[in-house]
Amino acid sequence: MAEDLYKILGVEKGASAEALRAAYRTLAKKHHPDLNPGNKAAEERFKKVASAYELLSDAEKRQQYDAGEIDESGAMKGPPPGYRAHAEAPHGARYAYSADDLSGFEDIFSNLFGERGGRGGAAPGRDAHYALQAGFLEAVNGAVKRLTLPDGQTLDVKIPAGTVSGDVLRLRGKGLAGGDALIEIAVAPHAFFTRDGQNIELVLPVSVREAVVGAKISVPTPAGMVAMNVKAGADTGTKMRLKGKGVPAHGKLPAGDLIVTLQVHVGKPDAALAEFLRAHAAVGDFNPRAGMFEP
Amino acid sequence: MMTLEALLDQIEGVVAEDLRRWIAARYVRPGGEPEAWVFGEMDVARVRLIVELRDVMEISEPALPTVLSLLDQVYDLRRRMRRLNEGFSLLPAELRGELARFMME
Repeated sequence: MAEDLYKILGVEKGASAEALRAAYRTLAKKHHPDLNPGNKAAEERFKKVASAYELLSDAEKRQQYDAGEIDESGAMKGPPPGYRAHAEAPHGARYAYSADDLSGFEDIFSNLFGERGGRGGAAPGRDAHYALQAGFLEAVNGAVKRLTLPDGQTLDVKIPAGTVSGDVLRLRGKGLAGGDALIEIAVAPHAFFTRDGQNIELVLPVSVREAVVGAKISVPTPAGMVAMNVKAGADTGTKMRLKGKGVPAHGKLPAGDLIVTLQVHVGKPDAALAEFLRAHAAVGDFNPRAGMFEP
Repeated sequence: MMTLEALLDQIEGVVAEDLRRWIAARYVRPGGEPEAWVFGEMDVARVRLIVELRDVMEISEPALPTVLSLLDQVYDLRRRMRRLNEGFSLLPAELRGELARFMME
């Protein structure tokens, strides 16, 4: 509250009336609320600057202020309510730039007005565009998803097997006034499956024992768990192909494969295993880094 | 609501000629009839704004329509955004969350 009025305007105490006015103009240009819509700090600053100038530009009051007869609060009532309070209110549309408050925005909100037809109602038979996110497996296997439209109605969308991101589904007659609904699908990534065309890739962890000795293990596929044999002597990077367990056949495309890449996990420290390997190290001389250049 | 005379009394630095010119150029659009204008609160605030633009911010009269038009466009946008923001509250919470994430990107 008690900020020095000269400081607010950034001038010396003995500044001339011209200097005061120049300082006020400079600050007003910077902080005027109508040039800084929505900026509360600028608005506060402008109020202070305006009321400081109001007091100091009055020679009599300035003298009283300099003599300590009145304090800053004498100037703190602030300028009258600004234009902005009106312009931001709904009735501010009176001075709307365009005669029709909506025209000129329809391009920005085209997806909104395109669907709802804006104020004038939809042109007959227009397509409506929507976006829908599908889970990875929903897109691979196919699914029915419910889409909630902006007007609260729902649309059941059948996502066919093998859908990929960017595919657009057309629902005849579900758009505006008999037009079509065009639904662009975005497919979410999966925690461990990735897709390569009709094939699906999976990095599958196996234990040291499963890799060395071989095992029959369960493998997740998009269609559920299946059994798979890991041959003895498998290693990290060993690839195995599960025929027909990728993306199901759809359209003219045959079913893809699930391509499994093994990744050996050592697991918790095991004293007996460590002891065995220490003894074994004397015999084995396998160096997985052979062929790498010395640094 | 006030007449031209009352308005001139209330706002320093403006004369009847200024107002007639601004009304003719449609910078200010009071109600009533020519020369029997009725100024609402918003009109008064707008005249005050124009006077500030001219006298404090040193925007010359020929540049006024450009500045006013830009200001009006900013306010149009802000009213529109506010309305849109109100509209968002009609959406289900899930969609609002998705929108919020989209806006943060």
